[in-house]
Amino acid sequence: MSTTLSETNALDALRSPPASKAALHPALGRWLLNSFVGLVLVFLLLPTLLVVPMSLGEAAYIQFPPKGLTLKWYRAYFSDADWMNATWFSLKIALATTLSATVIGTLASFALVRGNLPGARALQALTLAPLIVPHIVLAVALYLVFAPVGLTGNFTGFAIAHTMMSVPYVMLTVSAALQRIDPALELAALNCGASRARAFWHVVLPNIAPGVAAGAVFAFLASFDEATVAFFISGVDGKTITRKLFEDIDYNLTTVIAAASTVMVVLSLVLMGGVEWLRSRNAASTR
Amino acid sequence: MADVTAAPSDRTAAGQLSPSASVALALPLILLLVLAFLLPVAKLLLGSIFTPTPTAENYLRIAQEPIFLRILLRTVQTAAIVTLLAFVLGYPVALVMTRLSGRAAMLVAACVLIPLWTSVLVRSYAWIVLLQRTGVVNSTLMSWGLIDQPLKLIYTEGAVIVAMTHVLSPYMILPIFSALRSIPPELDRAARNLGAGPWTSFTAVTLPLSLPGVYAGAIMVFILSLGFYVTPALVGGPQNLTIATLIGQQTTELLNWPFAGALAGVLLLVTLGLVGLFRRFLSFGKAA
Repeated sequence: MSTTLSETNALDALRSPPASKAALHPALGRWLLNSFVGLVLVFLLLPTLLVVPMSLGEAAYIQFPPKGLTLKWYRAYFSDADWMNATWFSLKIALATTLSATVIGTLASFALVRGNLPGARALQALTLAPLIVPHIVLAVALYLVFAPVGLTGNFTGFAIAHTMMSVPYVMLTVSAALQRIDPALELAALNCGASRARAFWHVVLPNIAPGVAAGAVFAFLASFDEATVAFFISGVDGKTITRKLFEDIDYNLTTVIAAASTVMVVLSLVLMGGVEWLRSRNAASTR
Repeated sequence: MADVTAAPSDRTAAGQLSPSASVALALPLILLLVLAFLLPVAKLLLGSIFTPTPTAENYLRIAQEPIFLRILLRTVQTAAIVTLLAFVLGYPVALVMTRLSGRAAMLVAACVLIPLWTSVLVRSYAWIVLLQRTGVVNSTLMSWGLIDQPLKLIYTEGAVIVAMTHVLSPYMILPIFSALRSIPPELDRAARNLGAGPWTSFTAVTLPLSLPGVYAGAIMVFILSLGFYVTPALVGGPQNLTIATLIGQQTTELLNWPFAGALAGVLLLVTLGLVGLFRRFLSFGKAA
């Protein structure tokens, strides 16, 4: 088992060419594996991408293959007050969530990684708990406490709920980034007379910036795409785009949904591309 | 610099935050989690027992009325089937991903990540578009002359299983991929040199070493399936209740909060039990 790479290659070369039956077999096996994987990838990707041509069809109800080519459903989406209100409401919530989850999560990660926190392990477990607890349980539980105090259907209620649900993502990426940097850097700054806050701002933060940024994007998407809690704590006026989509898919299945979905897909993809870019840059800089 | 890194322990202690500063930095998080997570969940669960006097009635009702046990059982069964399907579909994808490089690897990774980052609602909508009476599948089959009448595809248990498998497969693929990638390729080569064929090498070496990734993926998919609300609610319709849609129905339509709390308690217990059982394999979702 301790064969090194070069020895293995030498042994490979020494081996007589395999019998023809054995040679056909692996090739066929690989072909079958690749075809199977190709089909799975089509299964994964196609349903999502299907939404795009659907949004360009003429008919008000889903038709396949879509006939005609029109942007009228996008015009309908962008000129409909309900859709626009829901979209802006979701964007505002997602931005507020990103800001609060990133600040709260970064500070707490710093306390957990560098600090001397009593009950640190318990807090760590508690931090990840919102990722494990089913969203339906969170949704009804939040409705139960938010409804009596007027936090349903409003910005504050959503910002609180979504921050709680997004903070774990920030904590995971920021803690990982903090563990990768050398504490000596910060120590050096402190020894040179910098205050704790100054050392954090000028030394630690620039070093963990990719992790913080990735956490921020995760927080944004977790809020913008969140549907279950949004379904329960939305109000008649304060409706997120996911709540609006849910209702329309359930009762009013027109082609505008395909246009709205495409807008959401494009937004998610742009942000996902951003995270992957940050991740690759981060990997390159730590290597 | 060398002086600083090799500093005696009092310097290292100086590099750490004091307990009070640590608590101050973590305080917003603690407040948030207590007020927006622990308190609401506790209120929901306590409500199922103290309604208003202590009673086991809500839990007994779940145990005694066959309909609720059937829904529970069907939810667990659906979750198991979805987990199995996600494994069967996902493992080969993860395996091929580890063997690719460059542009091909990026392409396959995009095929896995794009669905992961697309809203669950959009993906559930896509399945309605595909499976409804006049949907893509039915109209394609009819135009090919394979069927005369549209098949009933949407609002069936099969539709829920297919859509959930689609939504959750990336959560299976990514942990398996990271487990497979950490296996040194020399092990496979060594097995081949000792005379194992590709299949034997795979079953004797690669598969056993990737099992932690499989467990992590399976537990993620299983617990997410158990509590999934959006997809079963939209694709399954009112006939195919799961625990999650039942909890939704009890609160929004029947306003039976104590009973919803009991159902939530059962769901939470099963979920946390599974997490406890498989804890050491868990890595977390999108950030993994």
